Amino acid sequence: MGVFATSATARRRHRTQKLAFVVLLGVTVLLILPVLAILGMLVYRGAPALSLEFLFSEPVRGMTAGGIWPAIVGTMWLVGVSLAISAPIGVLAAVYLNEYAGDTWYTRVIHLAIVNLAGVPSIVHALFGVGAFVLFFEFGTSILSASLTLAIMTLPVIIASTKESLSAVPMSFREACWNVGATRWQTIRHVVLPNSIAGILTGVILQVSRAAGETAPIIFTGAAVFVPFLPSSVNDQTMALSMHLFTLSTQVQNVPQEITYGTALVLVGLVVLINGVSIVIRSRIRRRRKW
Amino acid sequence: MSRPQGIRTDKLSLWYTKFQALVDVSLEIDHGRVTGLIGPSGCGKTTLLRSFNRINERIEGVRIEGHVHILGDDIYAPEVDLVELRKRVGMVFQRPNPLPLSVRENVLFGLRVHVPRGELRRDELNHAVESSLKEVGLWDALKDKLGQRATSLSLEQQQKLCIARLLPLRPEILLMDEPCSALDPSATQRVEELIRELRDRYTIVIVTHNMAQARRISDECVFMLLGQVIEHRRTEDLFLSPKDERTANYVEGRFG
Ligand SMILES: Nc1ncnc2c1ncn2[C@@H]1O[C@H](COP(=O)(O)OP(=O)(O)O)[C@@H](O)[C@H]1O
Ligand SMILES: [Mg+2]
Repeated sequence: MGVFATSATARRRHRTQKLAFVVLLGVTVLLILPVLAILGMLVYRGAPALSLEFLFSEPVRGMTAGGIWPAIVGTMWLVGVSLAISAPIGVLAAVYLNEYAGDTWYTRVIHLAIVNLAGVPSIVHALFGVGAFVLFFEFGTSILSASLTLAIMTLPVIIASTKESLSAVPMSFREACWNVGATRWQTIRHVVLPNSIAGILTGVILQVSRAAGETAPIIFTGAAVFVPFLPSSVNDQTMALSMHLFTLSTQVQNVPQEITYGTALVLVGLVVLINGVSIVIRSRIRRRRKW
Repeated sequence: MSRPQGIRTDKLSLWYTKFQALVDVSLEIDHGRVTGLIGPSGCGKTTLLRSFNRINERIEGVRIEGHVHILGDDIYAPEVDLVELRKRVGMVFQRPNPLPLSVRENVLFGLRVHVPRGELRRDELNHAVESSLKEVGLWDALKDKLGQRATSLSLEQQQKLCIARLLPLRPEILLMDEPCSALDPSATQRVEELIRELRDRYTIVIVTHNMAQARRISDECVFMLLGQVIEHRRTEDLFLSPKDERTANYVEGRFG
């Protein structure tokens, strides 16, 4: 036998390796299949409803016909306002926690609180929103109350993911800056943020799509089953895609199937679009900054 | 012959929470010389070096006692401005740490941080880039690649760039923590040459675990053990006729 002939152990290792590969591939396929199945069904049943008319007109005849424009606009309002609140606060809080605050007992309590808040079910945030924003602050059921509730829901996750991105910036970069006499803020502004912005944006945008999809937090705080006009300020109530889908599938009879599925398809499409934008942004920034 | 004083420490002790890493270190380091810091790994060389520009303080749980005077001023006095201190005392790290910016912006980073925007004239900036890169011998290699990302340079160039980055701020003291440990022998040799060229203009303190290197480039040498300074003398004397037995054992390679 030649020197390079495979031994029995090598063959066994090779077999194990192949088996592991097959198992991992199988698990991956199992994970992807349901996603594909859902998307396939949505497209199959919802696509016939899609048209400019469907996207840009109001629902009519007790929502059994017409379009979903007010719900699309409403979702944009809710997501936009909640993002305008939670993104700056969340990012600044994470910068403070990661770059300024030391490791003391109260920062540990804050971390613990953030992690736990991120795990609270959205219906609990909804109840808090009703109690705090609708009733106590007397914002009423309005876009403002609903957006604040969504902001409270997304804030802990934004803080956590931003912190993660910040701490991924190598310590040596910070030391290089301090070392030429940069203040903490200059270090953050010139080095830490530019090198973590891709991760921060990804985290924020993932929360945008989460906010777009949630129903519970807005159902009692600002979203309505049907509003005959488009919102003109944050004090108005509004329709929303997630809420509309909930209504169509549980509260109204005789809704043609393709309207329900069409609405779901638009909602999913919106989320996919947002995530896609985040991936594009991230890869562009990544290409620009590498270390 | 009395030279002006670069760095003087006075019973300097430093604790990482409970662990005492520096024990009553009293040292006088002359201005305008290269001083080598040697000793086995973990003896506190890095810690001592980092207390000369107060970078240690950013670490949780660090406590410091005693005094450090740099060019005559107590740097742990309450009125000391860290920004000014770090301008005058520059540091080069074990692993080259260029910022993920262009070569040019790395050199200019210090100026950008210290001088308000609008007060920097373009020709001044160009001059700073050129003279700093010339001083470290990178100008010819990089003058056409100023826009290239610094992180894509060779390690040797990165380390030289990290030295160049300090120069526009006109530092008087350069601290180097094993600056060649990530470099191959020929790159090491060229960085050593650079250090020799810089020695007249700056006070250089260089940590090294390479005894041959300490002999080649330092005028004076400090031997440390377990957080204490054991011996501090002219390099030749320390290597040829050490006074302390522990120094002798170390420089002859019996432990380390
Ligand atoms: N951030 C830190 N926290 C706790 N202990 C540390 C820290 N940095 C260094 N030490 C300890 O202090 C001692 C001296 O470390 P250092 O100054 O890095 O030694 P050297 O540079 O001579 O190898 C070592 O025992 C090390 O374990
Ligand atoms: Mg060290």
